[in-house]
Order: sequence, then C-alpha cells, then structure tokens
Amino acid sequence: MATSQRIQAHAPPATTTTARKTNAMLRQRRLWGWLFLSPWIFGFFAFTIIPMGASLVFSFTDFFLLRPDEVAFVGLRNYRRLFTDPLVAQSLRATIMFSLIALPLAIALPVGLAALLNSELLIGKRFFRTLFYMPYMVPVVSAVYIWGGMLNTNSGWINRFMREFLGFQGPNWLFDTVWIYPALNIIGLWGIGNAMLITLATMQGVPTALYEAARVDGAGPWKRFTNITLPMISPVIFYNLVLSVIGLFRYFEIPFILKQGSGDPGGATMFFNIHLYKTAFSFQDMGYGSTLAWLLFIMAGACTLVLFASARYWVYYAGGDD
Amino acid sequence: MAIKLETPPNPTINASSYSIQLRNMAAIGTVTLFATMLLVTFLAPFAYGFITAFKDREQIVRSADGPILPMDPEKFTYEGRELDVFQVPVGDETLSLALLQPGRQESVFVNPDNPDELITWEGSWRTLNPSWVLAPRWGNFERAWNGINFPLLLRNTLVIAVLGMIGTLVSSVLVAYAFARFPIPWKNFLFLVLIGTIILPRQVTLVPTYAFFAAIGWTGTWLPLIVPHFFANAYNVFLFRQYFLSLPKDLDEAAMIDGANPFQILIYVIVPQSWPVIVAVGLFHFVFAWNDYFEPLIYLLGRPNLQPISVGIQQFNFIYDQQPHLIQATALLGLILPVFVFFLAQRFFMRGVVITGVEK
Repeated sequence: MATSQRIQAHAPPATTTTARKTNAMLRQRRLWGWLFLSPWIFGFFAFTIIPMGASLVFSFTDFFLLRPDEVAFVGLRNYRRLFTDPLVAQSLRATIMFSLIALPLAIALPVGLAALLNSELLIGKRFFRTLFYMPYMVPVVSAVYIWGGMLNTNSGWINRFMREFLGFQGPNWLFDTVWIYPALNIIGLWGIGNAMLITLATMQGVPTALYEAARVDGAGPWKRFTNITLPMISPVIFYNLVLSVIGLFRYFEIPFILKQGSGDPGGATMFFNIHLYKTAFSFQDMGYGSTLAWLLFIMAGACTLVLFASARYWVYYAGGDD
Repeated sequence: MAIKLETPPNPTINASSYSIQLRNMAAIGTVTLFATMLLVTFLAPFAYGFITAFKDREQIVRSADGPILPMDPEKFTYEGRELDVFQVPVGDETLSLALLQPGRQESVFVNPDNPDELITWEGSWRTLNPSWVLAPRWGNFERAWNGINFPLLLRNTLVIAVLGMIGTLVSSVLVAYAFARFPIPWKNFLFLVLIGTIILPRQVTLVPTYAFFAAIGWTGTWLPLIVPHFFANAYNVFLFRQYFLSLPKDLDEAAMIDGANPFQILIYVIVPQSWPVIVAVGLFHFVFAWNDYFEPLIYLLGRPNLQPISVGIQQFNFIYDQQPHLIQATALLGLILPVFVFFLAQRFFMRGVVITGVEK
C-alpha cells in the first residue's frame, strides 16, 4: 500500500505543471528545514558568533564590569601585557607539565582497558564494563574531594599502601610542585569511562575475519593486536586524543576545587583558565580577560589544526576517504 | 581454539585437549583476577570516602598507621578509673585486658569480662597492641546534610537540570530533524560548523556572554544556566541526527501522503521511534547539569540560596576545610543520585556513548 503510493509520488514529472508542483514542494520543504534549524542558527549567533566578536573587541579595551561607562580603546596594550604577565608563562608551564602525563594516558589507558574488557579470557565482561564506566557519573566536585583524601600524605590510602606493602614513604602529592601533576592526573582517572567505552565499541567492530586470517598466518596475540587492532581502531585513538587536547585548554574544575583557585603549591596549579577566571570574574577585568580568552582560542585552534594535519600520517580509515 | 584444529586425531587426543583446557582455564583465571584487582583499585576511593565519612578527626589522623575502620581505643572503667585495654598474649590465646598497673618488667591487668580477676603479665606493656572497638560517628552525615542544606541544593539542581533538559531535548530534536530529513542548502557545511563548536573552548564566549547577562540583570538568577539550552547543543544534535538517519523513510513518506505536515511527522512518526536516544540524551543532560560547576559558580556568586549541588558542596568545604570527615560525607551525598540513576538506566547511557563515539 505505502509502496505503491510512494511510486506514484515519485513518478517522473510528465508535464510542466507537476514539475512546478515539485519545485514548490521542494521550496516548502526547504522552508520547513530552516524553521527547524532556526533554534540552532539563533543560538549559534547569540551564544557563539556575536560573543566571540564581542570578546575580540573587548580585548582592545579596558572594559571593567564595575565601571562600564568609562570604556576606552587601548590598542594593543592588553596583548603587550600577555608577554609581561608572569602568570601567563606560569600557566603555560603548568599546562605543559600536566599534559606530559595526561596525553600519553589519554592514548594508552582507554586502549589498554578496552583491550582487557574485550579479551576472550575475561569472565563477566558486562559486570566489568559497567563498573569501570560508573565513576564517570561521579560529579567532579565529589571526585576531587574523595581522591584528595586518598592522596593525603599521611592518612590517605595510597601512601599507606606504599608504606605498608612497598616499604617507603610516598610523596607529598598535593603539596609538592612536581608531584601535584601526577596527583591531578590520578584525580582525573575517574573520567576515563567514556573514552574506554567508545574504544571498546570500536574494538568490537573490527571484523573477525581479519583476526582469523592473521591466525592462519601464524600471528600471535601481540602481533594481532599491534598489526590489526591498533590500526583498525586508530580513528578512535585520534578522537580520544583530540578530545583530551581540547580538555587541556578547558582544564579548570579539578585544580580549582582542589586548591580553591589559589594556584598552590607555588603556582603549580595556576592553570590558564584559573588565571582567566580570576582576571575576568574576581577582578572583573573583562578587557584583559577577553585577551586571555582569545590567546587560549588561538592556541587551542593551532593545536587542533596540527593534530588534524598529522592524522593522515597515522590514522587509518578503513572506509576509504570520508 | 586454533590449536585444537591442529590437534591430530590420535589416541592422545584426550590427554592433550585436557591440558589445553587446563591452560585456557589458567589464562582465564589470570586475566579475570588481574581485571578484578584493577577494578578494586579503581573503586577503592569509594570505600575510602565511605569509611572516612564515619570517622572523627582523631580517627582520621590515626588512620595513617592505625585501624582503617572508624575505631576507638577500647576503654574499661574499673573502680571509677578509665583503663586502656590491650591485646595481651596469655598462654596460647590473646585476651583483651585492661591495664591497671603499668610496669617495666611486669604489669597488672584486669579482665573486663570478670573484673574480680587480676592478671599479672610479664613483659613490657609498651610492646602490646591496643584493643580497638568499632565507633562510627553516625552523626557526620546528618551534619553534612544540614551543613550543605541538601534539600535546598537538591531542589535547585533539579529545577536547573529538568528545565535545561526540556530545552535541550526540544531544540536538539528539531535541529537534528532538520539535518536528517530536509533539503537545506549547504547542509553539510552547516553541520560541520555545528560539530566545530564542540572544539571551541567556551571561555572565548564566556566573558561577553557574562557581560550581556549582567547587563540584562540575569546574573544571580537561574536563567543563564537554563535558557542557552533551548538553542540546541552540538553533541545532542549529532546523536539525534545519527539516530534519525537510521530510521527508515517509508513511514515518513506514508504519513506525508496521508497529509501530515513535517511537524506532525516529527511528533507522530519520528519521536515515537526514538525513545531510547531521547532518554539517553535526557539522562546525559541530567548528569551534565548535576556535575556542572563553572557556570553556576560565576552566575550564582553570592546567591547561596540558588546554587546547585556542585557549587554548594565546594563552598561548604571551602569554609570547613579542616574537617575531612565532613568533606567525604558531602562528597558522597553529591554522587549518590547520579550513580543511582546510572545503575537504573545503564543500558541507555552505554548505548548513547557508543552512538556518539563510533559513528564519528
């Protein structure tokens, strides 16, 4: 019934009247399309394009929220200030120190965990998958406090484990200018569930025929993993990497909640966004705050572009070029 | 597995397949054990938080090398005096005895079970382990609950989460429907732009948006946390579009021929087929709103009566920094509902994640 009607509806235009009718219908459907799209179009201009333009304009002014009537253009003063602001250099250093651990982890951990959960030697896969994902649901505020306790130098379980089972005193995780970076990464571990699940789903999608063929050729488990699994899941590794690089430029909550935005110890947790938050919202210096935001945007954009440019050298798309 | 194929059919087959089976079982045991240990480590902080939430400060300080559970040293009141109780080896067994007269060479103990019995024990009492009794501080959760005003935080968070959820569901479904079904010019380009906004750090738009909301008097209200969700979100549009594309067009077209307009088709044909993904997006938004910290922090600064749970917990613990047991109790109060929702609806969550990730 439906099929026959559809054939009629899609019948080739026999006369010019039907052609005109089809055109009118197409126009009408286009209009409907724009109508449905309009919330996003409006939101995109209201919350993305216009604010971005506005923050670019702000960055050339001395706009203070507390005295909005005395705004003046100051040329490149805010941009010159970037080079003399010690907190900019410090926050970049903090980001780099953090990412030295965070990025390798973002690549290796989801793959390792997914490989474990995908292993035919594991009993109770669903159970493990659910429980490894579950901490992803924990609000970051709770995760910071719970892990903050775990990492306590004296009463935390991590250092206690080191003392009792490994026989040495663990580091002063949260108060040492170097150990704070591994500590921040440990606190972030509970956020791994999403990347792990996506990687696992991709791994399960690798055609079994490939593994069978490799087995016939005598490839062992490790060879099969490096020569089949890794290339086949490289798009999802790339995806995880892109998301964690973007995450680096958004990094705020964990160090802010852990140290109340103080930047302690010794400025080691003064990440870029904490500096931005303090400038724009604590001191209400919206002009320089916007300049910091644009610097962040440019750095994030550059890193993302470099990543996407590198993708064609190491990411394998089985589906061809799409 | 593959090895089995190569096993020649000879009389030793039973023995060799038996040994292969044994080896497989050993491998399965090793991998499963390893995964279990990893999982226990991964989830150990929950146990830490839970146990610590029942301690007082002294018990926490002691937990550096003392008992892990919330325990106090056992005391015994003997003739009006409070005596410390120790684990004393007497003969083959270890007894819990109260120290009455400490001495360097020998000490006198009282048996708490039988106070008339005095026991003289040879050896230095300082080498003895104290006896512990379980003494959880049940009141901590009540103090945390009242301290953060949990019912108020819950109300604030739920209002923000539910209104934002309605907004993002309605708008994202509409936009995804447009992308999935309508001949819009430059559709692919527009979709790329939409996805591109995922990469954009929100800090770039934050300052002017804040200034704008301040100018129209919305700071200090929930509006900046709710209204923007009525204009679609890239992740959700992506998820819905992916799902809509997988729905067959036959039903749409049948409805169209019956005279339904596109909006009616969406309501009566598309939406009823899409409940799994609608529930998934709704749940993700709930968890997002529950977790969201940065924007409530800046927009609700100085309005503690309106703050959601994430900011409320942080502000409370900022003030009570020296009370680690209350910190843990509030942290647990903060995570219990999202984790509970996750266990109720884990299928929806898992499926939603897989759609976003794999299709990319």
